[in-house]
Amino acid sequence: MIVDITTRVQSVWRRNWDAFLRTYKVNFIPPFVEPVLYLLALGFGLGTYIEAVDGIPYPVFIAPALVSISVMYSAFFECTYSSFVRMYYQKTFDAIIATPVGIDEVIAGEMLWGATRGMIYAALMLPVLLIFNVVAMPSSLLLIPFAFLAGLLFAGIAMCFTAITPSIDALNYPSFLFITPMFLFSGTFFPLDLLPEPIQYFALATLPLTHVVAVNRAITLAAFSPVNLLNLAWIAAATAIFFVLAIRLMRRRLIV
Amino acid sequence: MAVDRIAFRVREGEVFGFLGPNGAGKTTTMKMIQCISPKSGGTLQVFGMDVDTHHRRIKSRLGVVPQENNLDPDFSAYRNLLIYARYFGIPKREAERRAEDLLAFMQLDEKRDVLIDNLSGGMKRRLIIARALVNEPELLILDEPTIGLDPQARHLIWEKLRSLRAEGNTLVLTTHYLDEAERLCDRLVIMDHGKILVEGTPADLIREHAGNDVVEVERTQKVVARLEELGLNYDLAGDVVQVFTDRPNDVARELLEACRHEAAVTVRPATLEDVFLRLTGRSLRE
Repeated sequence: MIVDITTRVQSVWRRNWDAFLRTYKVNFIPPFVEPVLYLLALGFGLGTYIEAVDGIPYPVFIAPALVSISVMYSAFFECTYSSFVRMYYQKTFDAIIATPVGIDEVIAGEMLWGATRGMIYAALMLPVLLIFNVVAMPSSLLLIPFAFLAGLLFAGIAMCFTAITPSIDALNYPSFLFITPMFLFSGTFFPLDLLPEPIQYFALATLPLTHVVAVNRAITLAAFSPVNLLNLAWIAAATAIFFVLAIRLMRRRLIV
Repeated sequence: MAVDRIAFRVREGEVFGFLGPNGAGKTTTMKMIQCISPKSGGTLQVFGMDVDTHHRRIKSRLGVVPQENNLDPDFSAYRNLLIYARYFGIPKREAERRAEDLLAFMQLDEKRDVLIDNLSGGMKRRLIIARALVNEPELLILDEPTIGLDPQARHLIWEKLRSLRAEGNTLVLTTHYLDEAERLCDRLVIMDHGKILVEGTPADLIREHAGNDVVEVERTQKVVARLEELGLNYDLAGDVVQVFTDRPNDVARELLEACRHEAAVTVRPATLEDVFLRLTGRSLRE
């Protein structure tokens, strides 16, 4: 069996949901504050020097990127630092696998929760973006379900790093060497085609965020193109691969 | 290899102990029973089912008290029990009822809504036992149930474990505390270096491996010389000489005379600790 998952996975997800609700006030700050800060500073501050990008006003251009980045950060950090704390310091995974819930379900539940967190953040950002009038409706409602898929991708990647990291400090490597470059070079704050062609292809092949930003931008502008299907295919394939890989790596780490 | 060709059988309704120095393989054995650590060979059945193929069904009938505290620090005592019940698929209503009952049983009612970090060591241990009972297990596995607790807390836990046994539960436990094993266990094994050295009831093991009584006397040349003359077996334990014997009064008299009443001679009943140290030696582990 590739992975051994039953409906018991929901009990792991529910545990994290309950913990999230218990501290909801802190958890709800980032999705409200971040887009406001970025839109003010970059969109309407720096953006006054930029008339338009490809004919799109700058705040409108970066709005989908802000959602993409927030989904990436929330899912990635949930399944790196937070999952590592639960696994290594709190021994929560050990406690759960003493019950009928298996290790595959624990890891799957963590990743599904990471994806959910990304989706919650996207949903909370949407009203803020609507107030600033930088996203089109009703197409932008699609930001929310798509955030779950994108979140699952980043959760899977994160969980692979968590499975192989020797310590919590070593998680800084993927955070700074992978996530931060992605934040800047994925067509987020300037279009990808400003980059030299080989680097564009490199970014499309290896930086998941490029595809997420492309899809989200199509959603918020209500301007879909056939290329978006390729983006979606790339995301779906990578999500499946990392989801399974994360579980296999975690089994190797935890079953001793 | 953590354990090597061990064989044991636990009977329904008994308290069965695993004793041994650090690194003897006790915890590994517990984890194999819990279907968590894989085994490289042999067979292991729990409730008549193979641990490799029926882990979910076995685990749904097991209660586990791990050595390390792994209560969920994000929640209160009460919600720890509810959330744990959910992992077993216990319906919410039923879980709430059991959680209240278990908090009362372990005398934690007052700490119902307290976060884990604010509980004392003894309370955490009691809560872990309560948590292990949430699925009404037929077999309770306890890895060092009273480690690091003060005497009051240990006695309370012993009392609760005895009442669980009286209700017909089967208990398997590991411990470093030999008085604990002597009080609680119907039968036990002593392990070392991944192997089982002996198996039996505490009383039988003491009789077989230590005799009825122990005479202890300060270690001097005269004492040792006299023991050699008498042809008695003795053990050296630091600056004390121990003689395991069924005639403690005769031996004590001889030794008092040998050291001309200058050193103290004590006679005491042999304990499981004597058996343990004789079998596993006095050298430090790890």
